[in-house]
Amino acid sequence: MTDIFTTLASYLERSFVQNAIIVGVLIALCSSLLGVTLVLKRYSFIGDGLSHVAFGAMAIAAVIGLTDDMPLTLAITVVCAVLLLRMGKNAKIKGDAAIAVISVGSLAIGYLLMNLFSTSSNISGDVCSTLFGSTSILTLSSFDVWMCVILSVIVVLFFVLFYNRIFSVTFDENFAKATGQRAGLYNLLIAIVIAVIIVVSMQLVGSLLISALVIFPALSAMRVFKSFKSVTICSAIISVICALTGLLISILAGTPVGSTIVGVDIVVFIIFLIIGKITGGKKA
Amino acid sequence: MSQIKCKNLTLGYGSQEILSGLSFEVNRGDYLCIVGSNGSGKTTLMKTVLGLTKPLGGSIEFSDGLSASGIGYLPQQTDVQRDFPASVYEIVISGCLGRGGFHPFYTKADKALAAQAMERMDIKGLKNSCYRELSGGQQQRVLLARALCATRDILLLDEPVAGLDPKVTADMYALIDSLNKNDGVTVIMISHDVDKALRYASHILHIGTDIFFGTRAEYEVFKANRNGG
Ligand SMILES: Nc1ncnc2c1ncn2[C@@H]1O[C@H](COP(=O)(O)OP(=O)(O)O)[C@@H](O)[C@H]1O
Ligand SMILES: [Mg+2]
Repeated sequence: MTDIFTTLASYLERSFVQNAIIVGVLIALCSSLLGVTLVLKRYSFIGDGLSHVAFGAMAIAAVIGLTDDMPLTLAITVVCAVLLLRMGKNAKIKGDAAIAVISVGSLAIGYLLMNLFSTSSNISGDVCSTLFGSTSILTLSSFDVWMCVILSVIVVLFFVLFYNRIFSVTFDENFAKATGQRAGLYNLLIAIVIAVIIVVSMQLVGSLLISALVIFPALSAMRVFKSFKSVTICSAIISVICALTGLLISILAGTPVGSTIVGVDIVVFIIFLIIGKITGGKKA
Repeated sequence: MSQIKCKNLTLGYGSQEILSGLSFEVNRGDYLCIVGSNGSGKTTLMKTVLGLTKPLGGSIEFSDGLSASGIGYLPQQTDVQRDFPASVYEIVISGCLGRGGFHPFYTKADKALAAQAMERMDIKGLKNSCYRELSGGQQQRVLLARALCATRDILLLDEPVAGLDPKVTADMYALIDSLNKNDGVTVIMISHDVDKALRYASHILHIGTDIFFGTRAEYEVFKANRNGG
C-alpha cells in the first residue's frame, strides 16, 4: 500500500503529470457544466456529431503540418456547430440526417487524410489516440496547457454570466422566445461553447469518448438532485472527482486515460442510480 | 382600444396552409376563448400571435402599450419538462428574464416579483419543491406564476386544464377567472371544453371549417343556428 503512495508521490512531482492534472480538472469542470442542457435539450447528438468533426479537423491540421492543431480544430468545429444548429431549425433538411452526414463524413475523410498523408510510421496508433485519447494528456506542450486554461476560463465565465438564461432556454424555449428573451442568440452561444468544450476535451479522452464525459456526470446528478442549481453543482463535482480518480488510476496502472475516466464515470453513475432508486422509493 | 388586432391571418407551416381569413381583436380586460376540434390550428394560432411561428399571410398588430415581448404564455407541456430537474422557484423567477436589460443575475425587483407571483398562485409553500414531482394542477400553477412574472398585461394559455381532474380543473378556471376579473389581466385561452369556455369567456373565437368570432351571446346564437341548420 505504501508502495503505491510513494510511486504516486514521485509521479506527482513531475511537471507533465502536474500539467495533466491541471488540464484534466479544468476539462472535467467545463465538460460537466453544459451536460444537463445537452441531455435535456436532446442536443447530445449534436455533441456526438461535433466530436467527429473535431476528429476530421485534427486530421486536416496534421496533414497541413501544423504543430499546434488546436486553433484550426477549434475554428472548424465552431463553424460546424453553428451550421448544425441552423440545419436543425430548417424543417426541410432533417436535423438528424444532417448531423449523420457531417459526422460520419468527417470521420471517413479524417481517417482517409491521415492514411494518405501521414508521415508517421504508426498511423493506426495515431488514429487510435485521436479517437480514444490514449496518452496524449501526458505529453501536453505548455501551449496546450495555456490554451486549455484560457478556453476553460471563457467557458466557465460564459456559464456563470448566462446561467439563468441557459436554464430558461433549456427548460422552455418557446416561453423564453414568447416573452422576449433572445433564445436564438443563447442557443447560438450554447452551440459555440459546446464546440469549444469538445475541442478542449478531445485532449483528455479523445473524440469518441467526449459524449460520455459530458453526459454521465449530468445523468448521475439528475438521479439524485432536484433543482437545476444542485444538479449543476453536483455534476461539476462528480466530473472533477471522476477525472482525477481516472487520471491517477491510469498513471499508476498504465491504463488508457480516456477510457479509465469514462469507466469511473460509469461506476459513479451506477452508484447514483441506486441511490436515486432508494431515496426516490421512500418518497413514493 | 385593442391590445391585439389580427387581420386576415393565414396560418400554416412552410407551404402547408391550415387556416385562412382569420380576423379578430382583443381588448384590454377581455377573456377570449379559442375553441375548435383537435388539429384545427388553435396552438398554431397562439404560436403565431406570440411570434414563434410566422403567419403565411395577414397581419398582427400590438397596441395599447403591448409589445410581442409583453406577453405571458402558458404552453402545452413538453416532454422535456416532465423530467427536468428544477425547483419551483427557479422556474417561476425565470419568467423575469424577458423584462429587458441584461442582468446576469436576478435583481431584488425580480425576486420580489417572483415571491408575489407565487403568493398569488398559492404555491409559496412549494418554493423549494421539485417541479417534476408536483401534481399536474400544481405544475400548471407554477407555470402560471412564471407567466405572471413576465407580464401583468395579457396571458395566453394553451389548454391549461388538460389532464387535470374535475376538482383541480374547477379551481384552475376560478383562478384564471379571478386573474381576469380582479387583476385586470387580459386572458386568451385555448380550451376544448366549450361549456366551460362559455361560462367564463367574454368573447369566443371558433376555428375550423367555419370561423366565428364574437361575444359569448353572439356565439350562442351562432351555435344554435348551426345545430338547427
Ligand atoms: N411544427 C409543425 N410543422 C408542421 N405542421 C404542424 C406543426 N405543428 C402542428 N402542425 C399541424 O398543424 C395542424 C394544427 O395543429 P395545432 O395547431 O397543434 O392544432 P390544435 O392545437 O388545434 O389541436 C395539425 O394538423 C398539425 O399536424
Ligand atoms: Mg393544441
